[in-house]
Amino acid sequence: MDVLKRVPVREQDAVVRSANFDEVCLGYNEEEAMAEAARCLGCKNAMCMKGCPVSIDIPGFIGQVKEGNFEEAYQIISKSSALPAVCGRVCPQETQCEGKCIRGIKGEPVSIGKLERFVADWAREHNIKPAKAEQMNGHKVAVIGSGPAGLTCAGDLAKMGYDVTIFEALHEAGGVLIYGIPEFRLPKSEVVAAEVENVKSLGVKIETNVVIGKSVTIDELMEKEGFEAVFIGSGAGLPKFMGIPGEQAMGVFSANEFLTRNNLMKAFLESYDTPIKCGKKVIVVGGGNVAMDAARTAKRLGAEVHIVYRRSEEELPARVEEVHHAKEEGVIFDLLQNPVELLVDEAGCVKGAKIIKMELGEPDASGRRRPVEIPGSEYEIEADVVIMSLGTSPNPLISSTTKGLDINKRQCIIADEANGATSKEGVFAGGDAVTGAATVILAMGAGKAAANGIHEYLSNK
Amino acid sequence: MYPIVKREQLADKIYLMDVKAPRVAQYCLPGQFVIVKIDEVGERIPLTICDYNREEGTITIVFQAVGASTQRMVDLQVGDGFQDFVGPLGCESDLVHEDIEELKQKKILFVAGGVGTAPVYPQVKWLHEQGVECDVIMGARNKELLILEDEMRAVCKNLYVTTDDGSYGFKGTGTAQLQALWDEGVRYDHCVAIGPMIMMKFVCKLTKELGIPTIVSMNPIMVDGTGMCGACRLVVGDQVKFACVDGPEFDGHLVDFDQAMRRQAQYKTEEGRAILALEEGDTHHGGCGHCH
Repeated sequence: MDVLKRVPVREQDAVVRSANFDEVCLGYNEEEAMAEAARCLGCKNAMCMKGCPVSIDIPGFIGQVKEGNFEEAYQIISKSSALPAVCGRVCPQETQCEGKCIRGIKGEPVSIGKLERFVADWAREHNIKPAKAEQMNGHKVAVIGSGPAGLTCAGDLAKMGYDVTIFEALHEAGGVLIYGIPEFRLPKSEVVAAEVENVKSLGVKIETNVVIGKSVTIDELMEKEGFEAVFIGSGAGLPKFMGIPGEQAMGVFSANEFLTRNNLMKAFLESYDTPIKCGKKVIVVGGGNVAMDAARTAKRLGAEVHIVYRRSEEELPARVEEVHHAKEEGVIFDLLQNPVELLVDEAGCVKGAKIIKMELGEPDASGRRRPVEIPGSEYEIEADVVIMSLGTSPNPLISSTTKGLDINKRQCIIADEANGATSKEGVFAGGDAVTGAATVILAMGAGKAAANGIHEYLSNK
Repeated sequence: MYPIVKREQLADKIYLMDVKAPRVAQYCLPGQFVIVKIDEVGERIPLTICDYNREEGTITIVFQAVGASTQRMVDLQVGDGFQDFVGPLGCESDLVHEDIEELKQKKILFVAGGVGTAPVYPQVKWLHEQGVECDVIMGARNKELLILEDEMRAVCKNLYVTTDDGSYGFKGTGTAQLQALWDEGVRYDHCVAIGPMIMMKFVCKLTKELGIPTIVSMNPIMVDGTGMCGACRLVVGDQVKFACVDGPEFDGHLVDFDQAMRRQAQYKTEEGRAILALEEGDTHHGGCGHCH
């Protein structure tokens, strides 16, 4: 065995999987996991931990995997992470833990994400639950939103003995893990529901179908329902559109709509009532993880799919693995291109797009080279569905109905990074609601920081 | 589960239900809506709140069996329930924020079409309770499809009933009835029109000519109802609005109805297939060229 190379992870064949919604990556078995764990150098000054937003004791848990002590490995991870089966699947490890791995200097970094996933899956299959608080302290905390930030914050507070209720606007808990990330990347009943159950097993109550700001406000929760502190982890759910002609035509969807129909409402299954329109030739505009998810979903529904992105491959914000998988599955990448108009037929349906080619100019504020239009390079491409995946912004429903809660000009709630404190006493916030659309693990890090912030606040009250 | 405590058939394919949903009933106001989901496989269906009882914690909904999920809702009886019932969503009617004394000086007209009569009723009732009297034109295709006539008559000043086929009341549309009243010299300062989009379009066309400010309640396709999916987007004036969070009520003279109607038909083929699947089993997957 070449110690510089990773133990390869088994995957579903690209041709087969591009027509089904089963999980792409099959994960390690016990032997593979132990072999991969043996590659870890067990660094004293572990760089990988510095790259982890929730500071998992990575050499610690991998050391246990190496010895075959999987339950111990799980307990080490669950001290820091409420959702290891999720993180092992969707974290951008290449820019976090694995990006800092010393093994990565000469060879391939240790597959930390795949090992985390293995440990979490093993624990679930062996019915091992995270440890519950020994005693409740009687203090009530409300958590708004059951996505990664909310679940983490609620789980951590419950472990400290708080009486936590999560309020979820949709009919199912999980937030973006349920409505956004597709089944083939993150199985819903097997993985997400099981992680939600783990949080519930800590004593956390989840009330679905409650839209904070509409059904009840934060002020009412605090004044009338006895919650002493509130954590807002309501995410960034509002879709952006381009504002180009033809965008209101039939067949033009936000990635949120397309993915919500498919993932939350399970439109890909014949037995569910919710329809989805996929078409024969689909354009997905954007280059993030959500764009990859939408493209790969459309591919599975039987369409020819083009990703149209205005910068080059190097700037694609999506995880490397998602881009790689999308290409394997036959998604076509039209890079350095941008739609300027959507073409509409007499019946009002989209029939294509007018696209302009781009080149990279000087770096912009994000540090990436700014894409510049090449004059006269427009061409037309046919499409019967166009999916806009241009990012999302926080929903103003909560900020506009909560007295004294400050937001910035991007509608994001202003919160202290260290402890989640907002401008309103007793109200904390974190995740995409504060940062704008980011990653699952950053939201979890913020949920964790806020749990400590809330504990400190209520302890000193 | 959200239990059904009352069920009544109002007309062919039109049903009324009172559903126990205390969180929704606690703070809801006229003009807002709920989303209901019958069971695991059901769609999320937006329905305007037709009445509410804060003490009992109940919400009244009225629906017409048109799609696969609403067909299945017909089978629900008292004692059954909805798996999910979320709200109140959207903004309340502007009327509830206006000065009552000023409202009393205004001549207000409601035009209700078909199942749209249901959301008009709570607004008229609310105004009646505040001591504000208004007129109502309510219409349907024929006498059998009229709903809530007695209830409406009890809370409005003048009720004008119309049927397209003349089987009851004025023969013609609500728009034609308004024109007839106007020709007789009846004047209004404010109009609220709720019903099928085509009806709201023509009411607005007339009220624009007559110079009567008109509010409409839009009922486009939605998924989440909280601003997340953008399926319900409409062009109002020169702006794109989301009916779920910016509405559902808008200035009817600014709404692009033609586009809204096209967008509402977006899933017609897929919905048709779902209904056929419900009626005839799992036989319709498209591509046969006959399923529309």
